[in-house]
Amino acid sequence: MVKKQEIIKAESRNFNFFYADGTHALKDINVPLYEKRITALIGPSGCGKSTFLRSFNRMHDLYPGNKYQGKIILNPDDTNILDKKVDAIEVRMRISMVFQKPNPFPKSIYENVAYGLRVRGENNKRMLDDKVEEALKGASLWNEVKDRLPDLAFNLSGGQQQRLCIARALATDPEIMLFDEPTSALDPIATVNIEELMSELKKKLTILIVTHNMQQAARISDYTAYMYLGKMIEFDETDIIFTNPSKKETEDYITGKFG
Amino acid sequence: MSNVKPTISKALKKNIRRNFVERLIEWALMFSGLIAILVTFGIVYILVSESIPFFDSVSLKEFLTSTIWTPNFEIKNYGILPLVAGTVTITGIALIVAIPLGTITAVYLSEFASHKVKETVKPVLELLVGVPTVVFGYFALLLVTPLLQKIIPDLASFNMLGPGIVMGIMIVPYIASVAEDSMRAVPMAMREGSYAMGATRFQTAVSVVMPAALSGIIAAYILAISRGIGETMIVAIAAGQQPNFTFNPIESAATITAYIVSVALGDLEHGGIGYQSIFAAGMVLFIMTLSLNILGQWTRNKFSERY
Repeated sequence: MVKKQEIIKAESRNFNFFYADGTHALKDINVPLYEKRITALIGPSGCGKSTFLRSFNRMHDLYPGNKYQGKIILNPDDTNILDKKVDAIEVRMRISMVFQKPNPFPKSIYENVAYGLRVRGENNKRMLDDKVEEALKGASLWNEVKDRLPDLAFNLSGGQQQRLCIARALATDPEIMLFDEPTSALDPIATVNIEELMSELKKKLTILIVTHNMQQAARISDYTAYMYLGKMIEFDETDIIFTNPSKKETEDYITGKFG
Repeated sequence: MSNVKPTISKALKKNIRRNFVERLIEWALMFSGLIAILVTFGIVYILVSESIPFFDSVSLKEFLTSTIWTPNFEIKNYGILPLVAGTVTITGIALIVAIPLGTITAVYLSEFASHKVKETVKPVLELLVGVPTVVFGYFALLLVTPLLQKIIPDLASFNMLGPGIVMGIMIVPYIASVAEDSMRAVPMAMREGSYAMGATRFQTAVSVVMPAALSGIIAAYILAISRGIGETMIVAIAAGQQPNFTFNPIESAATITAYIVSVALGDLEHGGIGYQSIFAAGMVLFIMTLSLNILGQWTRNKFSERY
């Protein structure tokens, strides 16, 4: 099972989620995110994996009527980030997110990356320059864009746009990064680039990724959670999930009997 | 075999009736579209053909540079500048009122208001569009101007400030509605990207949604300018119909439209040079709004959304 030396960076405890219309989308989810590891969420469409991922940076707050129940703990100091006293904006500073489709802002490449710092009131040019360069290097995009930082971000290719979104998310030094099917809108080569990038990123931070692509989960993740109909069916090391799952449902999904 | 063949060829035969109906519908649709185009060309034709005799007696140079417009006086002067100055000043005042108010309303409706509030406010706002402009004119003359006179004692009873402000209020729903539509069209994914970076609602609205919707917002402003330039009743009632060459909002003035309407009320004889002058003035109005529309098209293409 789980190796002893692993540190839990974040963890959901008896987590339930209800949409405004009353749908009970997530039921008693218990999943740990180990520090500097990649955890993958897999499962058929509509099983709640994206809903779960989006709970980690409180994206559901944006739509009135949604309700969280239970806890999502952020370590080291055991804070429940769903607590009313916790500021969602502060949470999003520490837990950043990359979306399914690249969603750069209608701004220059530079300003896209600087955005997270700017909204925090950072206007020191030197500081911003350094951070932008560091983030773009971190997203292995620097060499491709360093000569055209003032260009509009929309001029980049899809894969470059997605790496720009990763750079944007990196610029605020997050502790955890959430990836919501980050390669589903990309071609195979861009997909490989993003996957390699994620393996590089996990040296510094903790990653939670939702993916439809089981090969992708098997290739890049250390741990995998299989979800079905709002429930967490099985969580284990990725190798075990894909070779020797303990639950029949997991095996059926992995082997393609349904889903 | 031989008895199957004719059945198939019969079934595959061209359906003359269906083709005819289709063709008929196509023509009907094209004709409806053509009417609008024909009317536009008709307007241009009348403007040009009636202006030509006017420019036989008044030189283009005098028309464009003279600062006196006195078609009703003994000594007739035909300098369009006073009318243009009145139009520009009143429209300018209207925009100073309408652009901030309309934009803020649009931002509120699109980014802040709850569904319920939006569903209540928008129809009410659109109701304002339905108010006849003559009502706005008397509102400016009998309510706004007297109120303003308490603050600015020098304000003439007929002035440009009052009608300008009222015109601005009238334009707010145009700007708010068009700008809100274009902001609402910005994909949710882009907003979520901004929120996920820790931006507030206001930061997201100003630095992500508004730039993304820029072309629509500019289009709204240009629509508002055209609306202001073309507005007639408010200025005819409340601005005084005195063609003064001034940009001072507390003085009275006439706009191009106000002049045209005063002639239409029967102050000038048909067919004379004074009568033709309204077509020359209309031509100026037409060129002003046409160039604004072209500018609007151009900005729409230049800043078109690419999300």
